[in-house]
Amino acid sequence: MHELGIVFYIIRDVKKAAEENGVSHVSTVVMNIGEVSTVIPEYLTDCWRWAADKEDLLRDCELRCDIIPAVTRCEDCGKEYGTVAHGKVCPHCGSENTFLLRGNEVEIKEIVVNS
Amino acid sequence: MDAVKVIEIKKSVFADNDEDAAKLRKELKQKGVYLLNLMSSPGSGKTTTLIRLINLLKDRIRIAVMEADIDSDVDAVKIREATGIPSIQLHTGGMCHLDAEMTRQGLDNVPLDGVDLVILENVGNLVCPAEFDTGAVRNAMILSVPEGHDKPLKYPLMFSICDMVVINKMDVAPYFDFDLEKCREYVRLRNPRAKVLPICAKTGEGVEALADWLLGEVRAWKE
Repeated sequence: MHELGIVFYIIRDVKKAAEENGVSHVSTVVMNIGEVSTVIPEYLTDCWRWAADKEDLLRDCELRCDIIPAVTRCEDCGKEYGTVAHGKVCPHCGSENTFLLRGNEVEIKEIVVNS
Repeated sequence: MDAVKVIEIKKSVFADNDEDAAKLRKELKQKGVYLLNLMSSPGSGKTTTLIRLINLLKDRIRIAVMEADIDSDVDAVKIREATGIPSIQLHTGGMCHLDAEMTRQGLDNVPLDGVDLVILENVGNLVCPAEFDTGAVRNAMILSVPEGHDKPLKYPLMFSICDMVVINKMDVAPYFDFDLEKCREYVRLRNPRAKVLPICAKTGEGVEALADWLLGEVRAWKE
């Protein structure tokens, strides 16, 4: 359900960017969504449709989610591995001394506009 | 045909909220007001714990409470009637969490003069509230025994952002397969700095230790 709150944030940021660039309509917003960011892309696009169509700037604007695979690095053996498959425990050496390298992103990558 | 142009933004959706939260924290520091963000699942005993806690503390420091829920004002009324301290209800309008701006709007309606501690009872939910910094000085959460000791594994973000993990309903631990030591271990895995405090809000057991922790926190913040 937090997807709706996130959509309101996206709309606020896109509006700001559109204003700064003198844009009157945005056709696509491209998001980077990390695999373990807890954001569900399908929910995000559903909430987006509902909220974006209420704004002239964003009517019919598509929200595209590019998924960033989650990668964890092991501090003990220095190797990297897929977070979703192995979680917090390094599959190479069994250490729990690991940290998430990427995959937690919820960011606006770019917007596509007609100029 | 119109030319299509791509404008690169590359900005985290949470960046503005993080900024708002940092600003709010700074203002609270100047005013000497400590804001605690209390989170948990629905039904973990947040309100009952708060009533016990406030009744232990209200003669020593001045407290106000903000209750955040999707709807109703049952919690705010309950707190006011049971403790006599000012308590306001915030409605999130369907949203599952509070952000820094909503928290600020709530604080605007709290008479802060002379208040040392504001407790924000966040929406009951272990997922979304963890994503949004409210501007609170500390995050605390309540995990109740019936929910199970494995929750730190299932909701990693919530446990990694909390400085205090209160384990409530310890009186019913024998009826559930709740392993306190395992729970401590799982919390430590998520956040080695987090304190784990077993209590029973119904009987009051352990609540004094929670009050002592909070009192120490408030005093340190005001220095």
